[in-house]
Amino acid sequence: MKDKIANISRRNFVKGFALSGLVLAVGLPGLSTAAEAKQYGRDGMPHGWVDNPLVFVSIAEDGTVTIVAHRSEMGQGVRTSLPMVVADEMEADWAQVKVVQAYGDEEKFGNQDTDGSRSVRHFFMPMRNVGAAARMMLETAAAALWSVPVSEVKAMNHKVVHEASGRSVGFGELAQSASKLPVPERESLIYKDASDFRYIGKSDMKLADGEVIATGQTEYGMDIRLENMVYAVVAHPPAYGDTLASYDDKETLNVPGVIKTLTLPSSAPPAVFNPLGGVVVVAENTWAAIQGREKLKIEWKAGPNSDYESAAFREKMQTSANQKGGKVLRQLGDSYQVLEDAEATISADYYIPHLAQAPMEPPVATAYFKGDSCELWAPTQAPQASRDTVAKWLELKPEQVKVNVTLLGGGFGRKSKPDFLVEAALTSKALGGKPVKLVWTREDDIQHSYFHTVSYEHLQAAFDENGKTQAWLHRTVAPSIASTFDASSVHQMPIEIGMGVVNIPFSIPNIQLENPAAENHTRIGWFRSVSNIPHAFAVQSFISEMAHQQNRDHKALLLELIGDDREIDPRMLRDEWNYGESPEQYPLNTGRLRRVIEHVTETANWGKSLPEGQGQGLAAHYSFVTYVAAVVEVKVSDDGEVSVPKVDISVDCGPQVNPERIRSQVEGACIMGISLAMLGEISFKDGVAVQNNFDGYQVSRMNEAPAEINVHLMPANSYDDPLGGVGEPGMPPIAPALCNAIFAATKKRIRNLPIRYQLEA
Amino acid sequence: MKLTINEQVHELNAPDEMPILWALRDVLGMTGTKFGCGKSLCGACTVMLDGNPIRSCVTPVKAAENKSITTIEAISEQKTGQAIQNAWIENNVPQCGYCQSGQIVSATALLNANPQPNDEDINNAMSGNICRCGTYNRIRDAIKQAANKLEADHEG
Repeated sequence: MKDKIANISRRNFVKGFALSGLVLAVGLPGLSTAAEAKQYGRDGMPHGWVDNPLVFVSIAEDGTVTIVAHRSEMGQGVRTSLPMVVADEMEADWAQVKVVQAYGDEEKFGNQDTDGSRSVRHFFMPMRNVGAAARMMLETAAAALWSVPVSEVKAMNHKVVHEASGRSVGFGELAQSASKLPVPERESLIYKDASDFRYIGKSDMKLADGEVIATGQTEYGMDIRLENMVYAVVAHPPAYGDTLASYDDKETLNVPGVIKTLTLPSSAPPAVFNPLGGVVVVAENTWAAIQGREKLKIEWKAGPNSDYESAAFREKMQTSANQKGGKVLRQLGDSYQVLEDAEATISADYYIPHLAQAPMEPPVATAYFKGDSCELWAPTQAPQASRDTVAKWLELKPEQVKVNVTLLGGGFGRKSKPDFLVEAALTSKALGGKPVKLVWTREDDIQHSYFHTVSYEHLQAAFDENGKTQAWLHRTVAPSIASTFDASSVHQMPIEIGMGVVNIPFSIPNIQLENPAAENHTRIGWFRSVSNIPHAFAVQSFISEMAHQQNRDHKALLLELIGDDREIDPRMLRDEWNYGESPEQYPLNTGRLRRVIEHVTETANWGKSLPEGQGQGLAAHYSFVTYVAAVVEVKVSDDGEVSVPKVDISVDCGPQVNPERIRSQVEGACIMGISLAMLGEISFKDGVAVQNNFDGYQVSRMNEAPAEINVHLMPANSYDDPLGGVGEPGMPPIAPALCNAIFAATKKRIRNLPIRYQLEA
Repeated sequence: MKLTINEQVHELNAPDEMPILWALRDVLGMTGTKFGCGKSLCGACTVMLDGNPIRSCVTPVKAAENKSITTIEAISEQKTGQAIQNAWIENNVPQCGYCQSGQIVSATALLNANPQPNDEDINNAMSGNICRCGTYNRIRDAIKQAANKLEADHEG
């Protein structure tokens, strides 16, 4: 990775566009416009966006076009999807494109915080700008070469051609002269017509990294090797907030290959991205370090969370969720009165335990402290936050810290938190500047995640004599991610209640939404699709329960609750967040939600008759400004074993840039959704996560995957429509659709996840 | 100790009980084989030992003495391995890709033993390999495609 970046810089300086200088204006409209105006979308992200071709593109004389991927690749395909937008718009031949990964530097590249299903949504347009500007510079250079008007030449598939004279010249030959030209003004850019796209919107794009992955040649964070590098693992405090009292490393130092031990400081709450502290074992190889750690004799001082116990905490949440009151999030009419007066009411509680992201590559970072600077190589979703946090801990300036972003062996939110980079940097410094690879074992990963919250949802509804829903009450209880940044936070943040609590688009005359307090006892973080998991599970299960009680078809009731096609300003729903997007550009469109429901039910042949022990379940959820509906078909055996013959998922994410990767993301989200519903559970005892590897913390394997997953993408009108997110929105409807299907098959209602053995007779 | 890896003999200076995984990765610098769990639970570290798929994270190097280890780096030298790799690329199987070295080695071993596996055979052979991204359906499709391709080549 080090070499690759170095090569690129060289090419940039020597052969590429960069000859004309790298310091041209970058697109930071977030900073240049009035500070008082609220910024949305890519403008509202830290460091905004950059669309300077000199930053993103370089062309070698042999014609190789190198495109920078500035967002982290963790399986969502961003190293394919964004560079191919540049390639398409600049008329580069994808076969002659090389993708290189940016290091962490948001001032240079724009926002790099790879989460929130934002990469393509926010950077499709800036990458089109990059490609269009590069293409126009190449065309201008060719026109000058032939002394013809630029209007007579056209870039086509890695060449610029002059049709009138039949002349053509390759991009490589134009690189030198094009690089000396000014970058065209953004306002003057001419875009390709969508009908001329070669790659954008096409379903046959091959992965930028497909071949190197299949041949084992990739370089993940775990694969970094530097000269004279040593290896380290950390014995972390067992419970969050425990601290080191004393330790004895005599036996550790006797393990062949162990070099030494040292300690890391623990930090007081809030957790933020700080290291947990503990004892580091440094060795000549990872295995020796792990062996050495096992021989440590450590006394820990119990902290404030050492009695955290999941069953007891669940009871506490249950009590809060069943008591009137708590912070009122939204109130329409008088749900309490209507519920009291109604002839028919229904009530149900839903529980989801903590979850760990458990990416297949555990956290790992390599650091090389050099006195007045530090260089790191790590699979991080947050390169700039990594840089800033490491700098703070080393008492360096961010510009003295370089974070090289490797491929990520999965992320799912865990690798947004750079605590493991800080551990590596502090260890390298403590070793007097020796390069060190600090590896988290699977046990570290599962026991010391920034866990998905634990949640308890209480719902009630009231019906009139015609079966029309008249009142809705939802109390949502869960420790908030906010507590990771402010230890006193006990209420869910706008980003959490905006994930399917307040922004439910239901035409119900009385709505009461409340959020009783819940304190945190571990590090709470974001996990793919975040609070949409519990909220969609509760809401979409509850509507199925309502339908059953009222003897209605689930789909019919769901559509009735959604009501007429309309665009709802999210602020009217007390959703002040709206996934960071403009409420005008991204209203909640109930027609789009209806369409995915109608589409998926039609495709899945909703309501078809199935043999005993089989059933269909439906769920629909709006998240990350994308609309998704799913029908899951299950088969439950006599002894309660669940299998999934088929899942249909209809997705309206607006314009589709790389449909093939959209499909793969939705397929993956489906399996992760089934995984968490069937098996997912982290529970605490004495403040410690009980599960510590894939035996205790189980995830779905191939035999548990659906036999068939059909992803249906709803066409958009044009590429000018606003884009929706893709990586996360596929997941929230899966668990409720699965449990609704199980109910249809067995009449057993699952309200507590995971399902695990609940269906056994 | 001498270890035969991908038909090359390597002189290894490591304790007998060191797992093959760490000998490959940290001592010999062959990082294609991945660390996932350290307990034979996820399959990311799968290599072949005398042609049989094993979890290198729990198999000591001593057990490989006088035997032959095949890793992802050389799997393409087997006809089945190459067919599997091609099918992986063709079907865009990987997402993050981290588990795929192990998946490919397991899939190659499956086709070596059973040239036309059905769904159940595939599930049985592949359920030891976790993919957190959820590429299972594409893996299944790719295995079948590779099997059909190999059969067609054989008949052709």
